[in-house]
Amino acid sequence: MSDTNTLSQTAALDFDRRNLDWYIDKIIQALVFIAGISAIIFIIGIFVFITIEGFGFLLEDFSFREFFLSQYWEPSDEDAPEYGILALIAGTASVTGLAMIVAIPFSLGAAIFIGEFATGKTREFLKVLVELLAAIPSVVWGFIGLSIMNPLIIQIFDVPVGLNVLNAGIILGLMAAPIMTSIAEDALKAVPDRYREAAEALGATRWQVIFKTVLPAAKNGLLGAVLLGMGRGFGETMAVLMATGHAVNIPGSVFDPVRALTATIAAELGETAVGSPHYQALFTIGIFLFIITFLINLTADLIVRGIRKG
Amino acid sequence: MFAESSLNVRNKRVQNLFRILFMLMTVLLVVPVIIILGTLIYKGGSIISFDFLFTDPTNGMTAGGIFPALLGTIWIVAVALLASVPLGVMAAVYLNEYAGDNWFTRLIQLAIINLAGVPSIVHALFGVGAFVIFFGFGTSILAASLTLAIMTLPVVIVSTRESLRAVPQAFREACWNMGATRWQTIRRVVLPNAVSGILTGVILEVSRTTGETAPIMFTGAAFFLPFLPQSVFDQTMALSLHLFVVATQVPGVPEDLPFGVALVLIAMVLIMNSISIAFRMYLRGKKKW
Repeated sequence: MSDTNTLSQTAALDFDRRNLDWYIDKIIQALVFIAGISAIIFIIGIFVFITIEGFGFLLEDFSFREFFLSQYWEPSDEDAPEYGILALIAGTASVTGLAMIVAIPFSLGAAIFIGEFATGKTREFLKVLVELLAAIPSVVWGFIGLSIMNPLIIQIFDVPVGLNVLNAGIILGLMAAPIMTSIAEDALKAVPDRYREAAEALGATRWQVIFKTVLPAAKNGLLGAVLLGMGRGFGETMAVLMATGHAVNIPGSVFDPVRALTATIAAELGETAVGSPHYQALFTIGIFLFIITFLINLTADLIVRGIRKG
Repeated sequence: MFAESSLNVRNKRVQNLFRILFMLMTVLLVVPVIIILGTLIYKGGSIISFDFLFTDPTNGMTAGGIFPALLGTIWIVAVALLASVPLGVMAAVYLNEYAGDNWFTRLIQLAIINLAGVPSIVHALFGVGAFVIFFGFGTSILAASLTLAIMTLPVVIVSTRESLRAVPQAFREACWNMGATRWQTIRRVVLPNAVSGILTGVILEVSRTTGETAPIMFTGAAFFLPFLPQSVFDQTMALSLHLFVVATQVPGVPEDLPFGVALVLIAMVLIMNSISIAFRMYLRGKKKW
């Protein structure tokens, strides 16, 4: 009786694999898990920290009406500072809108050409080129708007100043296009080849295959690409700061200078005292930007995920 | 063989029309950028010299070189890499080797997408609130680098995950069958087979970090400093911010100076990206499995 007992005990000990390697494995697993959830921690951290810094403004000076409906952004007025971001929203919206008008047709067209028409070396070359274009830093784009586009616009359209919605919109469009192109091309690539083969077997020409089969099948992915490009344009800072003319203004035409939400923070944060209402108001704009981009990204993600399931 | 029916001829014509239309769109997308780059080289090329790269700015930044800014960018990028590469690789290891396909993993993925999508100026605000004020690093290389590290973390995670995914499952199974633990398998088999792919992503991240301006404006980069940084708690100049400063903030800058700075910045970024792309193609060609 006792013999079998000791036997099973030693056997149990034999099967116990908790040696040093086992413990190391567990520790690493815990560490890696922490790293894995770091992205979630950082997203929450970003929201928490900008809210902490902007909280005083939200409690005291913030009025929903004034903040969203007043077009006067005069935070440094000593007697009666006004914190209205309507004109800034109009600035961001006009520039992003024009950028999308520039970028959407070209990047979708380019994606279709690269994904469906181009082959071999041409395709590879174009893909590399698009990737390199996407890498150009935003401050360089801003500088291009300032020093190349600005005189060009003055010359062509005979206007006194070339830093305006048109300038920033084109710059932003050129910036967003490569990203939209490569995401859209991925979406086209995700359409299974058997769809194309089936359509071709029915006698469809190449463009019929593309318009009747590939594009409908890739619809959600393409929409996702457009949304992500829009998010990028919406959140762009340096290029918009340098190319818009930076004047608080609800634009009446594409030749009016405007000021964007992001650029306002970039231009004014350095001049404000930490903790002052102006400083806190800038962080409140940050919260607004964070929420909007979060919603854009979430929507894009849900749309793209929608096709994967379908 | 068969005579072309009129329908076929028409279809062919339409197809060619569309082909040319889309090609034109691609060309129109690419050509302006090439022209712009050409202009940058044309206007800024003449100022680039050994002296320009390795001397200090003089005369209130209207003359002289860009050395402190170049060195500062290297500082910022190096410290940012030290923080983001280990964290990003570990996060990718978790996602590819440990995480199951469930809602929690999807939540992490959503967080990564958002981390990449949050505007850079919001990252800057976070850097000010968290690193400069809350953790008390002040405006310093450390605060700027950590802000950039968090911002570019998705680049490392995504590219590392791709290269981990490319390691065949059979490699892992073979290793497990030898009695190795999960970590031993990852360290001895998975990571060595993925290391070059990870490196490609790291180069890409270096390029991203080099060009960013907004996140470092208020966290550690200064307009002008008369001295070079001695530790991570010092402020520094940076190339990207220097371009903004000489292009917009300093009066009386000769025209070719900002063009020269822009050219150096864009050359650094594009060269690193090209290396990364070339490396990726080389690896794709070499792959044994």
